[in-house]
Amino acid sequence: MNAILTMPEMAVTALALGLLVLDLWTPADRKGDLGIAAIGGLALILAGSFLFGAGAPQYAFGGMYVLDGMALFFKRLMLGVGVVALAAALEYSKRFAAGTAEYCALILLAVSGMMWAASANHWALLFVSVELMTVTFYVLVSFERTRMPSLEAGVKYLILGALASAFLVYGVALVFGGTGTLGFAGDSGPGLGTGSVLVRVGLALVLAGLGFKIGMVPCQFWAPDVYQGAPAPTAALLAAGSKAAGFALLLRVLLEAAPDWALEMRPVLMLIAGASILYGNLCAIPQRNLKRLLGYSSIAHAGYMLLGIVVLERAGAAAILFYLAGYACAVLAAFLVAALAFDPGEPEEIPALAGLHRRSPYLAAALALSMISLAGIPPLVGFFGKFLLLKGVVLAAFDSRSFGWLAGVALAGIVTSFYYYFGVVRAIYWSAPAAERPPIAVSRVAGAALGACLVGIVAAGVFPSPLLEAARLAAGALRIP
Amino acid sequence: MSILTVILLLPLLALAALAAWPSRQRVMFQAVTIGITFVELVLASLAAWQFDVSAAQSFQFVQKVPWIPSLGISFHVGVDGLSVGLVWMATLVSFAAACASWEIRERVKTFHLLLLLMNAGVLGAFASLDLFFFYIFHELALVPTFLMIGIWGRGGQRSYAAFKITLYLGLGSMVLLLGLLAVFFLAGQTTFDMVELAAQARQSPFPVARQQAVFPLLLLGFGILASLWPFHTWAPLAYGAAPTPTAMLHAGALKKFGLYGLLRVALPLVPDGARDWMSVLAWLALGNLLFCGLVAVRQKELDRLIGYSSVAHMGFIFLGIASGTALGITGAAVVMVAHGMLAALSFGLSGHLYQQTRTLELDRLGGLLRPMPFLGTALVMAMLAACGVPGFGNFPGELLVFFGSWPPRPAATAIAAAAALVVGAVYALRAVRKALHGPLPDAWQAADDLSNPWRRLPFVLLLAGLIGLGCFPGPLVDRIQPAAAAIARPLESAPAPAALIPLPAAALTRPPEEASR
Repeated sequence: MNAILTMPEMAVTALALGLLVLDLWTPADRKGDLGIAAIGGLALILAGSFLFGAGAPQYAFGGMYVLDGMALFFKRLMLGVGVVALAAALEYSKRFAAGTAEYCALILLAVSGMMWAASANHWALLFVSVELMTVTFYVLVSFERTRMPSLEAGVKYLILGALASAFLVYGVALVFGGTGTLGFAGDSGPGLGTGSVLVRVGLALVLAGLGFKIGMVPCQFWAPDVYQGAPAPTAALLAAGSKAAGFALLLRVLLEAAPDWALEMRPVLMLIAGASILYGNLCAIPQRNLKRLLGYSSIAHAGYMLLGIVVLERAGAAAILFYLAGYACAVLAAFLVAALAFDPGEPEEIPALAGLHRRSPYLAAALALSMISLAGIPPLVGFFGKFLLLKGVVLAAFDSRSFGWLAGVALAGIVTSFYYYFGVVRAIYWSAPAAERPPIAVSRVAGAALGACLVGIVAAGVFPSPLLEAARLAAGALRIP
Repeated sequence: MSILTVILLLPLLALAALAAWPSRQRVMFQAVTIGITFVELVLASLAAWQFDVSAAQSFQFVQKVPWIPSLGISFHVGVDGLSVGLVWMATLVSFAAACASWEIRERVKTFHLLLLLMNAGVLGAFASLDLFFFYIFHELALVPTFLMIGIWGRGGQRSYAAFKITLYLGLGSMVLLLGLLAVFFLAGQTTFDMVELAAQARQSPFPVARQQAVFPLLLLGFGILASLWPFHTWAPLAYGAAPTPTAMLHAGALKKFGLYGLLRVALPLVPDGARDWMSVLAWLALGNLLFCGLVAVRQKELDRLIGYSSVAHMGFIFLGIASGTALGITGAAVVMVAHGMLAALSFGLSGHLYQQTRTLELDRLGGLLRPMPFLGTALVMAMLAACGVPGFGNFPGELLVFFGSWPPRPAATAIAAAAALVVGAVYALRAVRKALHGPLPDAWQAADDLSNPWRRLPFVLLLAGLIGLGCFPGPLVDRIQPAAAAIARPLESAPAPAALIPLPAAALTRPPEEASR
C-alpha cells in the first residue's frame, strides 16, 4: 500500500466534505467566506502538489493507481482549473437563491474525480473516476433550478452521460472478458494486443465513452446545449477540466494500454479528428450565444488535440498537454467574463457584448485576448499549442499523404474559426450597443482569477519554454511500448 | 545589446508603459508614439550608416538569445544588405504613420497601443533571423489591423474589410506556417535559425522532390501576404477602409514581408523547388501589373486607385524575384524600399485629403491644387513616382528589374515594360487630373493645406527619401547587391537560365561578380 500518494485527491475530497459540514453552522450572509476558504484550500493543495517530484512512476492500490509525471501534470492543471472555477462560482452563486457551499463542494468533488482519472491505471478506477465526475456534473449543470435552460441542459447531460457511461462500462466488461485482467499496462499487467474481437469491440466502446467526455465527433451532440444551459462556472469546468480528464484517460488507454489497437485504428482516429475540427468550426459560425459558440468551438479544439494523438508519439502527447493548459486559461477567462458581463437570467447573446469596452475595459480586453488565443494567433498560448500539434502532423505528412489532407483540414478549420472568434471581438469593440448600460463592477476575487488566466495566456505564449518543458517531461512518463 | 534589439524593444516597452497610463491625457500617447518611432528612425539610420558594405553578404548587428532550446528556436536578430534597407524604410514609414495619427480623435490610447504593437511587429519581421520569430512578429500586426480598421476605419464597408483582410491574411499565414514547418523538417528538425538553415541548404541541398512539394506552400503563403495576383483582392478594399496610419504602415512596410520572405526564406532554402515555379511567378506578376493596373484605371475613388496601384507595383517586385538573377533581385529589393515610401506617402496624402473633403470620389474632387499647393504638389510627385519617372526611387529599381529579367524571360519583360508602364501612367495621371486640376468645387475653397509645418514633416521626409533614392541609388544598391547575388547563385547554378549579359545597368550598379567569373 502506498496510499500517501493519493494525498492530493484525498485532500480535495476532504475539503469538499468539510465544506458541506461547515455549511450547517454558517449563517446565510457568511456563505461567501466558505467559498473563499475553498479557494484557499485548493490553492494550498496545488502548492502542496509540488512536493511530489516527477520521478519514477509510483503505484498504489496494487497498481490501480499510478503517480507519474503525466498524472502530476494533469493534477496541477485540474487544481488550477478548480481554483479559477471556484472563483467564478463564488461570483456567479450570488444569483442563486441558496446553495453556495453545495455548489463549491460539488466543484471540488468534480475536481477530485478528474484527479483520480489522471492517475487511473486500471479499468475499474477509470470507470469510477469518470462516474465521480459525471454524476457530479449532472447536478452542477442543472444547479440553477429556477432557470429552464439549465434544467434542460441537465437532463440532456444526464441522458447522454448515462448512455456514454453505459458504453464505457460495457466496453470495459468486454475488454475484461477478452483479456482476463483489469489492469492497463506497465508493472501491473500486460499491454493489450489486438488479438481478440472482444477486446477490439470493447476498446471501441471505451473510445466512444471517453469521446463523450472530450466532445469529439460523433459523441459531441451534448456539448453546445449543455455549455449554453449550464451555469457559466460549470461550463468552464466542463470545458477546461472534464475535457482534460478525458484526454488524460484517452492518452493512457490509447498510448499505454492499447497501442497496437490505436495504430490499427489510426485512420479512424484521423477521420474523427478531421470531422471534429470541421463540425465544430462550421457549426460555430452562425451562433449568437457566447456559451453555445464556446460549446461548438470546444468540439473543434477536441479535434485539434486529437491531432496530437493520431501521430502516436510522445511529442504529440506533449503537444496535447501544452494545448490543454493553454486552452484551459483561455476558456476559463471566456466563461469568467460570461459570468460577469451578463445580468442574471439574461441569455449570453454576443450582440449584448456591444459596448463592453466602455462598461469594463478589463473584461473587454480579457475576452478579446481569450478569443484571440483560442483562434491561435501569436504571441498567445493558443498559437504555440497549435504550432506544436501541427508540427507533428506536418512531419507525418512527409511519409503519408493522408496526413497532408489532415493538415489541410486543420488549416481550413483554423481559418474558419477566425471568423467567429473575431466576430466576438467586433461585438466587444465596435458594434453599436442597443442601449447604454451601466459599468460592471468586478469583484477582487474574480478579477484576480481572470488576471491569472490572462497572465497564463500571455506569458505561456511569449515564454513557452517552461510549460513546454513540463509538458515534455510529463509526456516522457508515458510508458509507450 | 545589438542596436536592432533596442529598436525592437523600444515600441514594446513604450507599449507596456503607455498601457498603464490614464487614457485621459490624449496628447501624451501621440507624443510618446511619435517620439519612440523617431528614435527608432534615428537608430535605424545609424545602423544603416555603420553597416559594413564590404561584408554586406553577412549578417551584422547580430544578437542571439536561446528562447526554446528544445525546438531550436532562438531570438536572433541581424541584418544583411537585403534587410538593412527594409528596416530603415520600415522605421521611416512608422514615423510617418505615427505623425499621421493626429486624425484619430476617439479612443486615442487604444489606437496608439495598437500602432506601437504593429510597429514592433513590422520591424521584428524584417530584423528576425529565426523562422519562428520571423513568423510571430509578422502575425503581431494581424489583430491590430483588424481592430484599427473596424474601430477607426471609414466607409460603410469597414467591418467587411476588417474581416476580409483578417481572414485572407490568416489563411496566408496558416499556409505559410505549414510551409515553414515543412522547411524545419527538411532540415532535420534541429533548428529554426535561418542562418543555419541557409548554410545547411547551401552545403547539402534538400531532396529535390521534397523541395518541389514545399515551395508551392511558401509561394502561396507569402504570395497571399504580398497580394500576388489573383490573391490581391483584400488589399485595395482594406486600405480604402483603414485609418490613414494603418494604411500607411500596412501598405508601406508590412506588405513587404511576403516579398522579403520569398527572398529570405523560400529562394535560399528551397531553390530547386523554386526554379520550376519561377516562370509561373513571372506570369502572375504580369497579372499584378496589367490586371490590377487596368482595374486601377477604372477606379472611382482615390484611395481605391492608390490601393490597386500599390498592388500593381508588387508586380515589378515579383517579376524581379522571378528572374532569379542577381540583377533582378537587386532591383526587386530596391523597388521594395522605394514602394514602401511611395505607398506611405500616397496613403498619407489621400488620408489628409479625406480629412478635408470627407470624400475621395474622383468625380466630386477637382482643382484642389489651388487651395492645397503643398499637398497637391506632393501628390503629383507621388503619382509621378508611381509611374516610374526617373528621379524617384522606383525608377532605378524597376530598371534593374527589367535588365535582370530580360535574359531569362524576354517576353514577359517586354510586356511588363511596354504595357505596365503605360497603364501606370494612365491611372497616375488620371488621379492627378481628376483630383487636382480642373474647376474647384466651392465646398473646398478653404481646405486646409497641412498648415501646421509639423504635419508636413513626414511627407517631406518620405519625398526626400524617394528623391534621394532616385538620384543616388548607389548606397542602397551596393548594400543589396552582394546579398542578392548570394540568393541568386543557387538559382543560376541550374543550366536553364542563361548567364547574365552585361547591360547598361553597369551605369547604375557594379556588374555582379559572377558574371565576370
